[in-house]
Formats: sequence, C-alpha cells, structure tokens
Amino acid sequence: MEELGLLMQGFGVVLEPQNLLLMLVGIALGVLIGVLPGLGGANGIAILLPLTFAMPPVSAIIMLSCIYWGALFGGAITSILFNIPGEPWSVATTFDGYPMAQQGKAAEALTAAFTSSFVGAFVAIVMITFIAPVIAGFALRFGPPEFFAVMFLSFASFIGMSKGPALKTVCAMMLGFLLAAVGMDTVTGQLRMTFGSTEMIRGFDFLVAVIGLFGISEILCSIEDGLRFKGERAKIDAKVVLKVWVSLPKHWWLALRSSFIGCWMGITPAGATPASFMSYGVARRMAKDGASFGKGRIEGVIAPETAAHAAGTSALLPMLTLGVPGSPTAAVLLGGLIMWGLQPGPMLFVEQKDFVWGLIASMYLGNVVGLIVVLVAVPWFAAILRVPFSIIAAIILVVCAIGAFTVSNAEFDITLMLLFGVIGYVLKKLDYPLAPLVLALVLGDRTEEAFRQSLLISQGSLGVFFSNWLVSSIMAMGFALLLWPVVSWVLERISAHRSRTGAVVPREA
Amino acid sequence: MPPAGCSRRSLLIGAGAAALASPALAQKGWEPTRPVQFIVPAGTGGGADQMARVIQGIVSKHKLMRQPMVVVNKAGGAGAEGFLEAKGARGNPHMIVITLSNLFTTPMATGVPFNWQDLTPVAMLALDEFVLWVNAESPWKTAAEFIEAAKRERLKLGGTGSKQEDQIIAVAIGKATGAQLTYVPYRGGGEVAVQLVGKHVDATVNNPIEAVTHWRSGALRPLCVFDSQRLSNTDKMTETMAWSDIPTAKEAGLDVEYLMLRGIFMPAGVQPAQLAYYEGLLERVRETPDWRELMQQGAFNTTGMTGDAFRAWLTKEEARHRTLMQEAGFLA
Amino acid sequence: MSAERGLRMSMVEAGTALAFALAGMAAIGDSLRIGTGWGTDGPKSGTFPFWIGLILVAASAGTLVQAVRARTESGLFASWAQLRLVASVLVPTVVYVAAIPSTGIYVASAALVAWFMHRLGGFGWARSAAAGIGVALACFLVFEIWFLVQLPKGPLETALGY
Repeated sequence: MEELGLLMQGFGVVLEPQNLLLMLVGIALGVLIGVLPGLGGANGIAILLPLTFAMPPVSAIIMLSCIYWGALFGGAITSILFNIPGEPWSVATTFDGYPMAQQGKAAEALTAAFTSSFVGAFVAIVMITFIAPVIAGFALRFGPPEFFAVMFLSFASFIGMSKGPALKTVCAMMLGFLLAAVGMDTVTGQLRMTFGSTEMIRGFDFLVAVIGLFGISEILCSIEDGLRFKGERAKIDAKVVLKVWVSLPKHWWLALRSSFIGCWMGITPAGATPASFMSYGVARRMAKDGASFGKGRIEGVIAPETAAHAAGTSALLPMLTLGVPGSPTAAVLLGGLIMWGLQPGPMLFVEQKDFVWGLIASMYLGNVVGLIVVLVAVPWFAAILRVPFSIIAAIILVVCAIGAFTVSNAEFDITLMLLFGVIGYVLKKLDYPLAPLVLALVLGDRTEEAFRQSLLISQGSLGVFFSNWLVSSIMAMGFALLLWPVVSWVLERISAHRSRTGAVVPREA
Repeated sequence: MPPAGCSRRSLLIGAGAAALASPALAQKGWEPTRPVQFIVPAGTGGGADQMARVIQGIVSKHKLMRQPMVVVNKAGGAGAEGFLEAKGARGNPHMIVITLSNLFTTPMATGVPFNWQDLTPVAMLALDEFVLWVNAESPWKTAAEFIEAAKRERLKLGGTGSKQEDQIIAVAIGKATGAQLTYVPYRGGGEVAVQLVGKHVDATVNNPIEAVTHWRSGALRPLCVFDSQRLSNTDKMTETMAWSDIPTAKEAGLDVEYLMLRGIFMPAGVQPAQLAYYEGLLERVRETPDWRELMQQGAFNTTGMTGDAFRAWLTKEEARHRTLMQEAGFLA
Repeated sequence: MSAERGLRMSMVEAGTALAFALAGMAAIGDSLRIGTGWGTDGPKSGTFPFWIGLILVAASAGTLVQAVRARTESGLFASWAQLRLVASVLVPTVVYVAAIPSTGIYVASAALVAWFMHRLGGFGWARSAAAGIGVALACFLVFEIWFLVQLPKGPLETALGY
C-alpha cells in the first residue's frame, strides 16, 4: 500500500528530536489556550505563526497542529471543574462532567474526557490515512439543503428528551433562536433586532452567553449554600486514572458510535460543536435509563468528547483537500499554509506529499503525546477545586471577564456576560432548561441560513429537502428521531394494552 | 518602559523574532511604541484576512517593525463592527484597517453611520480581480454561451455575502445582458468555490486566489475576467492555460467591469509623521519577495497608490458604488 | 424565622415570564418592520424571528398563567439570607464590570480578588492585596505580553508606557 509507505516516511520526519520538542511545546501551549475561555486556538496559532517562518514547513505545521490538539484536550478541563466551557464544543461535556465533579469525581471525569478525546481523534486519523480521497469527494455533495438536513438532524436528536417543563423548554429554545438572529441577516444583508444600537450589530456571541449562563450563574447558585464549592473533597491520586481505564472498555460501542458521528459531522462541514450535541443526544436516547443523564453519568462525558475530537480532527481534511476551513482555528492554519507557499486544495495531496504525510504522522504522535501530557496533569487540575472559594471564585470571575472580552475585543461583552450570568441564575432556579437555549443559540443562524439558501436555489420549493437520496435520507432520519418519543409511547400503550387483555408478550431479561 | 517590556517578551516567546530591534529600521521620525492592531473587517479565511495575515507574517519575518502586529477580526455586520471601531479610535496611531469593497457597500446597504472619510487613507496595496467561473463539466465554454443559457433558463450564481461586490457583479451582468441569475449568498469565498465544484450553483465570480487550486485540479473553468485588460501572469496554471489566456469581459461581449480595493487605512486625526511611517512600512512590505509571490499566486492587479491620488480614486469609487448600489436597489 | 422569609417563587416566575413575553414582542415588532412574508425566493428576513417571537409570547403566557394559579402554594425562590450571600458576590462583580472601562481590567481585577479574599475568605489585607496584584500581574504576562491580546487598560498602564 502506497499510503503506509508514505506514512512511515512521515513518521521518520516527525520523530526527529527537534520536531518532538516542538510537539511538546505546542501541546502545552494548546492546553493553556483551551483552558482559558475566549482565548481560542486561533490566538495561539496566530501568535506563533511568525515564529514558525524560520522553520521548515513540516516542523512548523507540527507545532501549530499540536496547539490545535492541545486546545481540543484543554477545553474539557474548565467544563468539568467549573461548568465553564472553554470552547464551544465542550458545552455538552458540562452536562454530566460538572455533576461528576460536584460528586467528588472530578479526576474520573477528566480521565474519561481525555481518554475518549484521544479515541475519537485516533479513529478520525485512521480514517484520514486510508480513505481521505473518497471522503473528500463526499464532502462535495453537501450543498445548502444537505447542510440544513444535518442541522435538522442535530436538533432532532436533542429535542424531545428535555427534562424541564414543556412550556419552559419551548421558551428557552425560542430565546436561543432569537438571540442567534440578532445582528446581520447574512442572506439579505439586513440588520435585525439591533434597535439602532451599534453594539448589537455584532450579535450575541455564543461564548459570551455560555460563559455567563453556565459559569457565572454557577457561582451565584453555589454560594446560596455557603461560600464554598461542592466536590472539594475529591479523592485525587494517580490510581484513579487506571481505575477509570479499566472501566472504559465496556463503553466501546458508545465510543465507536460517537467517533462515527464525529467523523461524519467533521467531513460534512458542520463541525465539532453540533457533533458533540448530537452524540450526547443519541447516547441518551440509546441508554436504557436515559433519565439519569445530566446527573453525572460517565457516558455523558465520553459521548460528546469522543465526537468533538473525531469531528475536530476530520475537519482538517476538507481544509487540506478543498481549502475550506472547518473552524476559525483551521482558518488560521490555512493562512499559515499560504504563507509558506503551500496552496491548500486538491493539488496539495499531489504536489506536496512530504508535507501532507508529515502532517498526518504528526496527528498520530501529537495525540499520543497530548494524552500523556494531560493525563499526567489530571491530579493537579482536580486539585484546583481545593483552593478556597474566596480565592478561586474571584479568579474565575476575572478569567470569565477576560474571556468574554477577547471573543470580539468588546467591553460591552463583559456587561453582557454578567447579564447572562444573572439570567442563567434565575432560569436555573426556575427550572428552565439551559441546554435547548444554548443549542438554538449555537446552531440557530446557520440553520436558518441554510434553509433560506436552499429555498433560493429551489426558487421557493420545499421539495429541495427531498431532492436526492442523500438529503432525503438525512431528513428521514431526523424525522424518525423527532417522532421516536411519540412512536415509543404508542408502542408502550399497545403493549400495556395487550398485557392487560391477557396477551403474553415474551420479554428478555 | 518599552525596552524592558521588549526583552521580557522576547524571553517569554522564546526566539523573540517579533520583538528584537532590527537594523532595517534606520528611518527617523515616529515609530509605534505599542503593538499595532491590524483590524480585518471580515471573517477568518477570506481574501482580506489572508492578505492581512500575510502582511503580518512579512512584517515579522523581515523585522520591518519593532513592535508586534496583531491581526484582529471584526466581521460583525458585514464589517461594520471593524469600521466603527476604527472610527471611534480617533487619533490612535497603533491601529490600521485593511479594507475590501464593504468600505463602500456596508454603510450604503445598512445605513450604519460610517464613511471612508471617517478614516485616514494610507495606501492602496493592490486591486483584486474577479473572474467568472463555471464547473469544468458544464457545457459552457465561453461567457457568451453562459449568458445565452442564462437567458433561456434561470441560473444560480454563488457569491460571498449579501449586497456586496459579488452580488453587485451578478446584478450588473443581468442588467447588461438580460441574463436571469439567482444570487445565492455564502459566508466565504473558499466555500463558494467548493459549492461550484460540487455543482450546487452554476457559476461564481470568485477572486482568482479563492478558486485557483480548483482550476489547477481541473474542476473549474474560467470564462472571463471583469477588468479592462487581461491579467498579466503568463505562467501556465493548467496544461493549456495561463491567467493571461482568460479573455476580458469586454472581449467576451459582456460589458461589466469591477475591481476590488485592497487598501490600508488608519483612524482619523493621526499626525503626518505617523501616516508617513505606515506608508513607508507598506512600501517595504510591497518590495519583499513574499509579497510578490502572493500577488503572483492571486493574479492581483498590482496598482499601488498613496496620498492625494488615492483619495481622488476613493472619491471616484464611492460615487461609482453609489450608482451601482442604487441601480441594484441595494441602498438602505 | 428568617429562613421562612424571602422572595416568593411565583413572583419571580411571573416576572420572568413577562420578561420572556417582552423579548418576544420586541422581536415581533422589529420583524414587522423588515417584512415577515414569503418573498419571491423564500422567506424574508423577518419571517423566522416573527414566528419565533410569536411562539415565545404564547409559551410565556402559558407559564404566566401557571405561575398565577400556583401562587398560593408556591415556595421560596430564595430566602433573604441566601439572597444576601448572592449579593455579596454579585454586587462586587457589578462594580468590577462597571469599573473596567475607566480603570482598565488589571487594576479592577486586582481589587476584585483582594476584596473577595478579605471579605469572603477572611484573609488579612496584606495577603489579600498581594494575591490580587499577583493575579493581575499573571494575567498581564499571559495575555498582554505572551499572547499579545490587548485587554482594556486604564491610566496606570498608560503611565507605565503600555
């Protein structure tokens, strides 16, 4: 096989001591960036980019892509410890990761998160190595109708299983959609709901809202019971890592399914954030006792983390083969490629074989090195919870404020963040579910945009969403998931009816 | 104490390429004393963003400036966010803005209170070309054939953003020939090119740099360039064609011309010495081989201007955009 | 018994539902301005916000009715003692956010950390102040110097040449 030979050659390049060192530097920096909300991988890469011009392109891309891996790993840390997602794709990790930390199982949650991140990324890399060209072609089939169908599927897999009261769930979700619509309507170029304010033109950034709704509100909620954090008496030692690892193999099917969802969402350029939501939703659907999700289930950490990393990794493929970045971080990497005189796109795999296979080899090693680095650090991360509340709460507030500011360099966003914090506090106490709000906020405008682009293309005909087998089957899956609660309810009624009338339904234990 | 700050920064960064004093800076007069913010009123990955990041790279690679340059994307409201920020930073010499056509179109289309005269024009770096692309598997070999087809049945033309340059061209083509084009807006130029490769739209007016890789791989076909003269680059990009082999729109019987400004501005109210510094800096950027390579790759029109000539050009272009936007019905 | 007194749940429920309804109405108003119909090529800009606003108003009206019905048996949203604790964190944070535009983020952050440690943690002023300055300095090094992220700065930083 030609791929294997080229890959081995790539490993030869990556294993040079200098490159290994750059890899470590990149990972460490990436983890730091992932931990600090607002500071995205794009920052780190943009700042190091100038430094890398002195290196050969392969070394440079190794260091830069390792920042990317590090940031992917790091995003989970604050989600689990403080309910503050460092990156958009870590939001779903908070749902079960933070309750685990509150129960004193922070180290377990971190270990599970890191390990499943690694698994997700690894599956995606193997896929990139062997079937890259096939997949790149598949991505081309995605126009606006297909994109809308994928978004619809993400919503469908998540809706209908909210724990909150129905009316409140609707309220929360609609508020999310409204917030997402503020600012410029990309299809007509018209300003919506800005009410003449220049600060509103920007719209509401997802991260600013999430830092407030999740992070700040959590601090407010937790001080009601006294000035301390729950979960401070966590058992923390290196053995926890091994213990969690022993328990992980039994989740192999979950991990595989989540990896598949992630890879698929990464290639169809939907990205890591919807992938993590969808994977969480599906895991909860498939579980026998779905209701216990959100209260600290390890599966609720494994599913989104695996999918997010599989998506984050496979999103690099459309970037390399088509020149379309899947995320802002990838966009900055793209700028770097151009600066080195490498034109991303279909010709890259033909003309720059050394570079491409060096990069792919570095993905393998970068993730292994990354996993070791973050696992070694698990006890230290978990120990942060032992710092007295009066110190850590203030530092969290400061970091949140900085994070909100850096999203778009706007002081107004800090005020917004605080406002969202108070809103989140009230909503949480009133039992409004926040997850639908966040989901609508993060996917709302892209979904609307894809819907309207599709209608432009079809000149107003809704038939466009069933115009070929690909879009039809995704839509059908979406409807099936959406209607599943109804169907299962009907089935239950029927079987209940039967058992009442005496018909014996054989059941497996 | 800037010197102390510098040495600490270089220690922390490691190699410190961004911060070391350089001999290339023999020039007297004003110099930045803080990191310079380079505002991009567009999203990451687009043409303006790419150019800004290349400039950032060139400045630090060739040590053209003692202070680092930091690229900041402010894309909100079709760039209005970035422009308003620069407008509000009156007298701040540590900020520069790269512009695209949204310098004119955004205020006109949205009514955001902003005009290019709220900024200090520094230099025109280049003009970006527009090319009419179709999928290589489509039956249309010339612009005339494409227009004929669009007269018979409605065709879809993909572009970046709404009520901006791509849509202006689409409307202008329709006006000039009676072709029926449905404009489909996307978020970025790279995405538009891929949508054309996947045949989700029938044509695009991508900038050369956004579509070149797909042309070379044989997926796209250029029909004409919306300039008064052919592109200058004669290197063969495919087996048979170079940029210079693409006919102009006029040769193809299509009377539409459009070029897009890639220029640099500063906030209003800066001192002449500060303006002169950035003019000199950009002049040196333009002399580097890296810049020439970018120009080559993207088949840019390398016209450069500063000072009064640039101002006169801007005044003329603004009037032209007002007419174009009015004809298209895009004025707010 | 102070634990028995506090903000009633039904009041907050009703207030929140009203706020949701107001947000919905604002969206409907703005959407009517820019058009809510089905244009020649798909829905206009205001269509989605219009319908979403409508659903939001309807759903919050439902919540409001439920809240009013349940007002007699509703419990406490939070006791006054709990709210005082929340205020002890929220008020300094509001002051902090309000101060950032004038003092810059570093000075304000140092003050916030010091205040929290002294008032909520019972640390001495000297240690609190030292920790505050330490946090601010660390942030300055990481963001301003290392990552070249320009955060809001005030007179102190300007005096130091940044």
